[in-house]
Amino acid sequence: MNVLQMTDVTRIHGAGHTAVTALRDVTLGVASGELVAVMGPSGSGKTTLLSIAGGLDRPTAGSVEVEGAEISALRPSELARLRRQRIGYVFQQLNLIDGLTAAENVSLPLELDGVGRKQARQAALTAMSAVGIEELADRYPQDLSGGEQQRVAIARATVGKRSLLLADEPTGALDSITGESVLRLLRGHADAGGASVLVTHDARFAAWADRVVFLRDGRVVDETNTPEGPESLLVPR
Amino acid sequence: MSVAMSLLALLDESPNYGLQLRNLFEERTGGVWPLNVGQVYTTLARLERDGFVRRRPSDADEKLYEMLPAGRRRLREWFATPTRKDAPERDALVLKLVLALGRSDLDAADVIQAERKAAVELLQQYTKLKRDGTEHDLGWLFLLDSLIFQAEARVRWLDMCEERLTRTQQPKSNRKPSRPRERIEVKS
Repeated sequence: MNVLQMTDVTRIHGAGHTAVTALRDVTLGVASGELVAVMGPSGSGKTTLLSIAGGLDRPTAGSVEVEGAEISALRPSELARLRRQRIGYVFQQLNLIDGLTAAENVSLPLELDGVGRKQARQAALTAMSAVGIEELADRYPQDLSGGEQQRVAIARATVGKRSLLLADEPTGALDSITGESVLRLLRGHADAGGASVLVTHDARFAAWADRVVFLRDGRVVDETNTPEGPESLLVPR
Repeated sequence: MSVAMSLLALLDESPNYGLQLRNLFEERTGGVWPLNVGQVYTTLARLERDGFVRRRPSDADEKLYEMLPAGRRRLREWFATPTRKDAPERDALVLKLVLALGRSDLDAADVIQAERKAAVELLQQYTKLKRDGTEHDLGWLFLLDSLIFQAEARVRWLDMCEERLTRTQQPKSNRKPSRPRERIEVKS
């Protein structure tokens, strides 16, 4: 069973002659251990796809299942719980809270969910350790570099028992090397069994994915095949 | 390879003489890649040997070349096959897109997407080498990064071509230059 399964998803904004179709008949499955990149130009529907995958927006037609649960069949409170407990989000705008330390930012979703403070901090430190920033736990966001802040955001998105990680242009504001380190983290999350969707317009970062899906005008127009072994690449043809 | 395919593409438009083919080639490419007329005739002879073109038997001086069905098939194969990445072939990718414009039998956007997919798959393979390799072998990373950035540049260029194609509303038949482009003078 795929962690995320979108089937024939269509999203139309507005109605009548002003209606805009943001997504049309999109089918996308992401399995545990898989990192899938979605590439496309501005306005191709990438962010809408991610919002719908994460239950932040609802499709006009089609079905979205996260861990087998059909999102549209959930009551608002159930959907909110699914979003808090099972899905992590990383955005270009990091949305870290300035008045909280890095560890407090990371543990916040757990505390909102009723996890005790001590236990939440322990989980936060585990998530921060996984992205190599345990020592920054008690620093405030404004004292961290852009790359460090992005790591805090990734730790927050992966804290606890989240199975699905959704990242929208997470490298947008970062330099090449720091952007690459973010991709290494997303890759590591997938290799450890998580399912991830990365939205990007940058082929260099999309290439870290197992599969790259091409979106144009709201439709999936193509996808890459699983790459063969790279050994033959550097031998002259 | 790219010269042969370009000549086939030009001959597919109309039968022509070697010198005229050379001029057409340079006109289409703004003279960025000057072509020696001797090279044109050698290539035509090879294409004739392979059964892709022939000299019109009825023609007085027998130097008017025309396309044969096998040549047309070879050309379609060329348009349908993603360009491999090595130095001379990269020029072939540009030529392929330039020559794909204005053809009624294919959509240049499809050629762009096939090329983009192939380039991203190549990037995935380079990136896999990077993932598997040690982070401390700088020379190896330099080499891989160079290959990665070249492939990325190709994708960005294809994105740009697609964007231009999308914004160009004119019908396909008008996309070919109506008069010879000014040549780009390359100073050595």
